[in-house]
Amino acid sequence: MAQTVFAPWTDTDQKPLIEFRNVTKSFGDFTAIDNLSLKIYEREFFALLGPSGCGKTTMMRMLAGFESVTSGSILLGGQDISDVPPNKRPVNMMFQSYALFPHLSVWDNIAFGLRRESRDKAFVEERVEEMLRLTRLSKFARRKPHQISGGQRQRVALARSLAKAPKLLLLDEPLGALDRKLREETQFELMDIQEKTGTTFVIVTHDQEEAMTVASRIAVMDEGRLVQVDTPDVIYEAPNSVYVADFIGDVNLIEGKARVRPDEPAPAPAPEAPAVDETPAPAPQPAEPATPVVTDARLPAPNARGEWLYQKVFARLLGHRESAPRQLPPPSPEELAAAHKAPPPPPPPAPVAPAEPAIKPGGIFIDWAEGQPPIIAANGDPDTDGKPVTLSIRPEKVTIDLDKPQRPNVLPGKVIDIAYLGNISTYHVELRSGLMIKAQMVNARRLSNRHITWEDEVWIGFTETAGVVLEE
Amino acid sequence: MRRFSWFNATSLTIGFAFLYLPMVLLVIYSFNESRLVTVWAGFSTKWYGELLRDEAFLDAAWVTLKVGVFSSTLATLLGTMAAYVLVRAGRFHGRTLFSGMIYAPLVMPEVITGLSLLLLFIGIGLDRGVFTIVLAHTTFSMCYVSVVVSSRLTSFDRSLEEAALDLGCSPFEAFRLVTLPIIAPAVISGWLLAFTLSLDDLVIASFTTGPSATTLPIKIFSAVRLGVSPQINALSTILIGIVTVGVITASVITKRAAVAQARDEQAAARTE
Repeated sequence: MAQTVFAPWTDTDQKPLIEFRNVTKSFGDFTAIDNLSLKIYEREFFALLGPSGCGKTTMMRMLAGFESVTSGSILLGGQDISDVPPNKRPVNMMFQSYALFPHLSVWDNIAFGLRRESRDKAFVEERVEEMLRLTRLSKFARRKPHQISGGQRQRVALARSLAKAPKLLLLDEPLGALDRKLREETQFELMDIQEKTGTTFVIVTHDQEEAMTVASRIAVMDEGRLVQVDTPDVIYEAPNSVYVADFIGDVNLIEGKARVRPDEPAPAPAPEAPAVDETPAPAPQPAEPATPVVTDARLPAPNARGEWLYQKVFARLLGHRESAPRQLPPPSPEELAAAHKAPPPPPPPAPVAPAEPAIKPGGIFIDWAEGQPPIIAANGDPDTDGKPVTLSIRPEKVTIDLDKPQRPNVLPGKVIDIAYLGNISTYHVELRSGLMIKAQMVNARRLSNRHITWEDEVWIGFTETAGVVLEE
Repeated sequence: MRRFSWFNATSLTIGFAFLYLPMVLLVIYSFNESRLVTVWAGFSTKWYGELLRDEAFLDAAWVTLKVGVFSSTLATLLGTMAAYVLVRAGRFHGRTLFSGMIYAPLVMPEVITGLSLLLLFIGIGLDRGVFTIVLAHTTFSMCYVSVVVSSRLTSFDRSLEEAALDLGCSPFEAFRLVTLPIIAPAVISGWLLAFTLSLDDLVIASFTTGPSATTLPIKIFSAVRLGVSPQINALSTILIGIVTVGVITASVITKRAAVAQARDEQAAARTE
């Protein structure tokens, strides 16, 4: 629950502990980090997430001081540390291989950094004992690293890097070498220690589950750029791109073309419906003038084909990809509002049109296959009218029924495969267009669904706000 | 199990005989009473006593020891530095050429090395003696040290050094406190190798030596040219003894350490 209260990134007055300012790092011709800016706040547990080669390790090594910055600057507590050597930075790192000194005992490993500061002996002893207690290693103090198990080694590495009470602790894939069960335990232990010590943690990982578990915020990276920086729930529920949606968890991606949807299904709620619909559209304009202006100026001119051509060909040549400017701002507040305030908007139309199941008005239709009814996406941006879009929808938000259910979006299909995982089952349903959709059912609640089996003709369904409309 | 079939036993005997028969003969004849090397006249240790009274041999032994200690220490220092730089510098233009040039003396004929050093010392007007032998031995044994040390450094986990830097060490402290203790076995075996090479070098030493400094190999070689004496046999036996004891001690220590480490690791895995 602390996470909902702890959100320094929303406070504009808060000074960041770390700031990347237009940092670029190249190795010869290869650009590992591309003009990246990022703020990390005190006491955060920040995760850098991405596939191997996305630049996350390079970012961490730049923070530690093992890699220089090609251009731009890195600030720690307001001071530029770009040229400070690693041994002069108030930053410590826990290495992926743990890098324990094999010729020193556990005790001496932990004391190593403290002794370099040439503090008095009593202080070193006290601090080492404290670290041993924190990581429950007191019994093993006199052992050498090869005389303890993998999990214990991991804790020694953590104790050693925390001993100097750094302002910032860097963790490079800290749990990669542990087996699954131990890893899960250790994740909670890490969070616990982070809370107790109040240190800022930056963790590098390629494991999205690990990042979701431990982090207060996650930065999803791809090819040296930040694709999305947000809290785990926003990253999962409102990804800002197909890349993020696909990287985090399981997802269904339905490609189609957007068509603006009339604001009201019934004539009665005319004064109310536009109000609901209008709010998201003008809202971003004052806050973020650059992006909408460009979109507006371009929108009326070309037809669908011209737009497609622009998107596919010229946009790349001109370096004006849609995803670049709208990386962070437009989706998060809007999608957040849509995601969190989803329940309040439906009630107003409900009393007006009680006969129909209340479908939130506005948004877009997505024409996704010939001869199929369009998919309703009430949270879609009407500005995407005529553009190719991708609807990203999580399998757990898709239901599966033998009879046609009363849901805003229903699509017929056939069960091709069933993955029974005990607590849940995942059904692979092939739609008539050949598209494969995954639907997930919790087995406890939906025992009745167990009778659905291979080759069954079924209906999959989801609500008008279950998916996220993404432009690419 | 027919481990000792006739064939196995025979080939083993022939093999060991081929390797050790000359040395066994040498050891046996060093205890010969007779002055004539090839005629057995009863057991005696008198040649050992005579050896200890022979000033010339003792001088030569002293010179050899001095040359060995100084040259192998110098070679270890330079060889370790060369290995460190070559392994750490990563890729740069001409890297292969550099490392090739360090290893070239390994295959260079000793006669050529000795001759070129002799020309150099004459050229710069350096008086030949212990000092020049030390320099000469350093140049050729340094590359052996760098081969041994660099093979250890390539498998050295670089992140250990980074961890030391991260914990507040200066680069030199990181080397002294972390790298050096870990690669110490390789450095020591490099030193032993250099010492052994210096101990038994004849060719280069005879090129670079002067009238004031005679090493044991030179002494033995020049003595043998006048005829093999039982004294030489006694001296050789002592050398064999030293080498044997050294090799056995080193291997026992290594073996014990390996066994202890394996046992500790198994114990650690069980406490998981």
